[in-house]
Amino acid sequence: MLYAILCYHDEDVVWAWSPEEDRAVMARLRAVQDKLAKAGKLGPSLRLLPTTSAMTLRKSEEPIVIDGPYAETKEQLLGLYVVDVADLDDAADAARELAAANPGGAYEIRPISVFNKDRRPGGTP
Amino acid sequence: MTETDWISSALIAARPQAIGALLRYFRDLDTAEEAYQDACLRALKAWPRNGPPRDPTAWLILVGRNAAIDAVRRSSRTEPLPADELISDLEEAETPLAERLDGSQYRDDILRLLFICCHPDLPATQQIALALRIVSGLSVAQIARAFLVSEAAMEQRITRAKARIAKASVPFETPGAVERAERLSAVAAMVYLLFNEGYTAGNDEARSQLCDEAIRLARLLLRLFQMEPEIMGLTALMLLQHSRAAARFDAAGENILLEDQDRSLWDDKLIAEGVALVDKAVRHNRPGPYQVQAAIAAVHARALRPQDTDWARIDALYAALERMQPSPVVTLNRAVAVSKVRGPAAALEMIEPLSSRLSGYFYYFGARGAFLMQLGRREEARVAFARAIALAGTPSEAAHIRSHLDRMMRDSAPTAG
Repeated sequence: MLYAILCYHDEDVVWAWSPEEDRAVMARLRAVQDKLAKAGKLGPSLRLLPTTSAMTLRKSEEPIVIDGPYAETKEQLLGLYVVDVADLDDAADAARELAAANPGGAYEIRPISVFNKDRRPGGTP
Repeated sequence: MTETDWISSALIAARPQAIGALLRYFRDLDTAEEAYQDACLRALKAWPRNGPPRDPTAWLILVGRNAAIDAVRRSSRTEPLPADELISDLEEAETPLAERLDGSQYRDDILRLLFICCHPDLPATQQIALALRIVSGLSVAQIARAFLVSEAAMEQRITRAKARIAKASVPFETPGAVERAERLSAVAAMVYLLFNEGYTAGNDEARSQLCDEAIRLARLLLRLFQMEPEIMGLTALMLLQHSRAAARFDAAGENILLEDQDRSLWDDKLIAEGVALVDKAVRHNRPGPYQVQAAIAAVHARALRPQDTDWARIDALYAALERMQPSPVVTLNRAVAVSKVRGPAAALEMIEPLSSRLSGYFYYFGARGAFLMQLGRREEARVAFARAIALAGTPSEAAHIRSHLDRMMRDSAPTAG
């Protein structure tokens, strides 16, 4: 099963991390990523740039492009992992380990259906 | 990250909004700051025990406001001391407050707080120090270290700044559109000053953190004013300049010029964000000086090698900047681009009229010397370089010019054999 683990966090809090804190969090996350990769479970993982650099295309009758992220929320979508795991429990375990490395915020676990099967991440074609 | 790390990040993140709101209630900077400190102390006690509140900022504002009101009551001794249980029944009170915070008031709270720090009565150094103390929450010791002054001197600087503000009239009404735009532009200028304080400091960790802080404040402003192209430009400009931080100094701490930098050390993440913001800003068709300067920085950032730089584009952008903000320094910068596009003679002609206004400016003589050198006018180049060395503000500036001189002497020496 492919799952996306979507990383939500309060951008203001992440920006308030000192450079040392930021490095420490990234190092701990890398350890979890390495473990998942070794188990053949890790697909692409992405850190999204700040929502202030985002634009949104609103699909109204005449689609308009506006500044900013789609949703103005307390916590923002800051990154995502694609994991290839046995089942939902397995995906939740991965998220739990990531959460221990990076407290605060939340991970949303969403199953993925792949449009283009021969480009399935982490698996053989 | 330990729990206290998480709490301290949350407190830093909430600070501008919380103090901004408390300032609106109490209309006094000291009271607002003390109320916030009080709320933070209570958070450090209550959050590890009860878990973090759903909305930390709303919690801090509410607790801070209650604490300040209690302080007034205590001092008048008409009410008994409040119990600590005050903190436990917040959940119900939090929700309506959080809803109120989502309004536009919150945007004006932060803008007002920043605007107070850059009050026109305050000299630039006091503006920055005050913003770092009040908005960013840096300790006096940290700020003193960044400004290379003693803690006592910095304490005094901040106290003086606060005293001036207390005397000045601070507008608390919700600003109109024009007033808001004026405030925003004053705040943007202060944030850029803060950035430059760190950027020009050289290879010093404590000071380069000022750049990070300026970028954090700019992103905060941009989040509040998402449609403002000049705030996009300001943020982009700082991101793009800061992206070169790791490449700007050699092991001895000497400045490395843009064309000599190892571009693989440039921070791609900051460049991507900066370039995206420049592109976003352009769509608004409301150009301004920050956007143009950011666009110039983006041209440099996009060039993988110095020879890939689109100098004609940089020339055109400086020409635009000259129209918006005529200044001999801008013309001087444009001349450098012109020397690459149309040759050193055209560049020299361009800066000739600036000689009286830039007669005490290091970069003028450095550039003049370089153009003359390219034209083979060695004796005149030597005179210009000598003047530049005399005007150099740092040893590394002087050393850089000396290396030009040395190269020229070497090149002109008769070859042996």
